[in-house]
Amino acid sequence: MQAEREIPGTPIFGSEEARRGLALNKMCFSFNDATNRNAFKQDEDAYCKKYGLTPQQREAVKHRNVLEMIEAGGNVYYLAKLAGIFGLNVQDIGAQQTGMTVEAFKKMLVEEGK
Amino acid sequence: MARIIGGIASTHVPAIGNAIAKGLQNDPYWKPFFDGFPPAQDWLAKVKPDVVVVFYNDHGLNFFLDKMPTFAIGAAETYENADEGWGLPVAQPYPGDADLSWHIAKSLVADEFDMTICQEMLVDHAFTIPLSLLWPGANNRPVRTIPISVNTVQHPLPSAARCLKLGQAVGRAIDSYEKDVNVLIVGTGGLSHQLDGKRAGFINKKFDLMCLEALQQHPEQLTGYSNIDLVELAGTQGVEILNWIAMRGALTGRVSKVHSNYHIPISNTASALLVLENQPAKPELRLAG
Repeated sequence: MQAEREIPGTPIFGSEEARRGLALNKMCFSFNDATNRNAFKQDEDAYCKKYGLTPQQREAVKHRNVLEMIEAGGNVYYLAKLAGIFGLNVQDIGAQQTGMTVEAFKKMLVEEGK
Repeated sequence: MARIIGGIASTHVPAIGNAIAKGLQNDPYWKPFFDGFPPAQDWLAKVKPDVVVVFYNDHGLNFFLDKMPTFAIGAAETYENADEGWGLPVAQPYPGDADLSWHIAKSLVADEFDMTICQEMLVDHAFTIPLSLLWPGANNRPVRTIPISVNTVQHPLPSAARCLKLGQAVGRAIDSYEKDVNVLIVGTGGLSHQLDGKRAGFINKKFDLMCLEALQQHPEQLTGYSNIDLVELAGTQGVEILNWIAMRGALTGRVSKVHSNYHIPISNTASALLVLENQPAKPELRLAG
């Protein structure tokens, strides 16, 4: 087996993350259902408790902070379902993670095509 | 006998679904992307596939991380789409071809690809969006479909070499099917993009253009990259090129390019389209093989 190597700023969703993130990702998976999205919006604490989020995961969700959620084992495809509840799209979360404004992030994407 | 008429690879970014729903095809942001598709649609109208085999990755609609198959094949007469949680309109069901699905599944297992076989399988945007792009409009169900899901979500992922071999095995399976059907192979996702981490927004035009070239005549060149190499060069979600490589593997004859398009950005992604025709291998090559 090849040893994994670090790529700066690039999370790899592997065995450690899958194990650490299961509760958070399971909660996000539940957001495929509109009833569950509404239940989360109505009582976030109760909903997170129901899915057994770790304290680190609960704090990350409370902070609406994607890098913290990834650190807590969140997978970005599942986190995107949660981000949608907060009204954030992938440019918004890209800007948040890179510390850029959304406009600057979008401009960077356009520049990469030139 | 069944014939593999060609392969198409296309980006599957969810935002495309919203753009279609809102009719933004001529919007300046979207036009360079949507303008890539009419040549593909015209070619499809000419070659008339009966069945489409779609290599794609599920993003947490049908499969959750509790049970994550490396390779799964649908074996149903109908595939439904459903709410994915991010506001895309839900697509109408797609007709399947369970006879051909089971034929492929049996052939793959005999060929040492131990597939997860799904008699019920929800298909997500990675399946629906490319089909909506290739057959636009309300009635975009002129073909029967067979979904094949590749895990590009949770590492360890299958290697590029393994995905190419899976495609080749699917190609052999279709070549041995007795019914007279034209089969199109589709691979979806990519090209370079990264949604997560401080490197979010990473795109690699040079690498993508090299891949678009290599996929035409020398897909085996791409099997030299490990998945960590692909993450580094194409971004965390750029590994979806594994679906493209599997598609290309299934084209077992003489392959020629019909059309391609490449445009940055669509959402956070370098979007791309590649249309390849597959002619039967020359008879002498068949005998030699």
